[in-house]
Amino acid sequence: MTDAPMPLRLATTDARTEPWLVRWIITGLAIAFLTVFVVLPLILVFAEAFSRGAAAYVAALLDPEGMAAIKLTLLVAAISVGLNLIFGVITAWAIAKFDFAGKSFLISLIDLPFSVSPVISGLLFVLLFGMQGLFGPWLQAHNVQILFAVPGIALATIFVTFPFVARSLIPLMQEQGTQEEEAAISLGASGLQTFFRVTLPNIKWGLLYGVLLCNARAMGEFGAVSVVSGHIRGETNTMPLLVEILYNEYQFVASFAIASLLAMLALVTLVVKTVLERQLDEGQQLRDD
Amino acid sequence: MTIELKNLVKTFGSFAALDGVDLKIEDGELLALLGPSGSGKTTLLRIIAGLDWPDSGGVWFDGENALARGAGERHVGFVFQHYALFRHMTVFENVAFGLRVQPRAIRKDEAAIRARVKELLDLVQLDWLANRYPSQLSGGQRQRIALARALAIAPRILLLDEPFGALDAKVRKELRRWLRTLHEEINVTSVFVTHDQEEALEVANRVVVMDKGKIEQIGTPNEVYDRPATAFVHSFIGESIVLPVNVSDGRVWVGDQALNIKPNGATPGPSQLFVRRHDMQVGPAGSGLRGSVRYVRTFGAIQRADIALAAGDGETLIEIDTPRDRELKQGDVVELQPTRFRIFSA
Repeated sequence: MTDAPMPLRLATTDARTEPWLVRWIITGLAIAFLTVFVVLPLILVFAEAFSRGAAAYVAALLDPEGMAAIKLTLLVAAISVGLNLIFGVITAWAIAKFDFAGKSFLISLIDLPFSVSPVISGLLFVLLFGMQGLFGPWLQAHNVQILFAVPGIALATIFVTFPFVARSLIPLMQEQGTQEEEAAISLGASGLQTFFRVTLPNIKWGLLYGVLLCNARAMGEFGAVSVVSGHIRGETNTMPLLVEILYNEYQFVASFAIASLLAMLALVTLVVKTVLERQLDEGQQLRDD
Repeated sequence: MTIELKNLVKTFGSFAALDGVDLKIEDGELLALLGPSGSGKTTLLRIIAGLDWPDSGGVWFDGENALARGAGERHVGFVFQHYALFRHMTVFENVAFGLRVQPRAIRKDEAAIRARVKELLDLVQLDWLANRYPSQLSGGQRQRIALARALAIAPRILLLDEPFGALDAKVRKELRRWLRTLHEEINVTSVFVTHDQEEALEVANRVVVMDKGKIEQIGTPNEVYDRPATAFVHSFIGESIVLPVNVSDGRVWVGDQALNIKPNGATPGPSQLFVRRHDMQVGPAGSGLRGSVRYVRTFGAIQRADIALAAGDGETLIEIDTPRDRELKQGDVVELQPTRFRIFSA
């Protein structure tokens, strides 16, 4: 007598199992594509950077021009991420928690930087602050340098990266509604207490996610910055701009050394992004309970 | 504390949520705001709490102008329909919140806060859940924690928005009884909003029936049920038989049949006759309202019959509850006699 239960075979497991040949071909194609278009270039960047040995690599990074570019990039990223963090939270708050006329207009305005070519974004600031521009003569008269200097680069970067924080917060805040804030207020909490004790903890993962993407774009931005920077060596070249300049001058090791830093930024961003997405998903599940 | 509302008006766009509401809520009372959705009851509650502001009118707490104070300064405990518990805080921290955000000068020390939270969790009988998060609680448990959180600030008024709305029937019944007992225990002036008439009649001392931003009737549960002031209240509270009638020559007509009732001073003209199902009885011959029995089923001591009325254009089917001392059969022709009724002009 065999009373052992028969293993259950469900028809569905068969239904989604393709013949092994098909599976191999599809998977192989995907891997081949990713290898050629993503992995190989990444390896090449590092291979080229280290082609004359580690010493040449380090020397390229420590070059005054390289150091200046790294410092400028970090400075611009810090300014634009910091300001976009504040403005992004304010904008998302206004859109998610209040009703007012022109709200949908404001929402589409937030997306504008994404739909405009970065070069146009840069040009916009030239038209505003350039010598022939709207505020140019006044600025020159008062000896304020915006274009071809840090303020211009920062402004262009802020413009291009503005949507990230607001975009990642709006759906989250809309979904959470205003009830918890109302509860906090009716329990006697002040506006600031409500923000720091109730709102911020609820949006922290979304906020970090937005900041991360904002930072990656701020450091990597080329087009808009290229237009407003003026390419003054050692002064207004960010890392992406320097990569191009060095490459055009056939300084391949130096060019790829700087590029490798940007590649590493991308890899770190990718890892942190995955972790944050997992956290956001968990928060989602908690709420759906 | 007494609450006085004077001529409150609130509009959202072109929609009048409150259209001139006057109400006095007595100290220690448990009052229900009852009405269909869109009747303005939640708006009224939110205005008392300071979460919404009226376009005009006044709110007075013990004779003091409450509109001069923000929500946080009114010492009002508010229990939200979906509880609005802080999802990232434990049950303990949720209840402690109102104590922790107090200005430093009057804030209790940590030991006192802990003692107070413990006391409140004991009160709602959930002290064993102190370290859980809201997402780990059942609906009924969340509801009670929301109540404990609102009570932590020793509110002068307790406001509850659809307190049992999101719960299943059994838990709802339990919680109703529990809320009544709790109110007797802490005796704080309480107002709750509901669209469920049974809930309002069972829990509250007084019921305010609202419709379209206006108060239709204020009274004890018995008054509201037995002597509805308007046609709306009659049809909203309890099930009623509603018949279009005509009042003329001191008689009440359904089509061409005159009923054996007096109009009780109802204005002549087209009107509506409201009768509770159990107040429509099979009367002696000559009662006036003739119909034939279509279907009969019995529930314990009563029988419920569907009766097709002969009068009027087309066939009107009504449902009545009568005692079983006179058994009805399908096909019987009966004459009906309302024992208690109300007539409102149409």
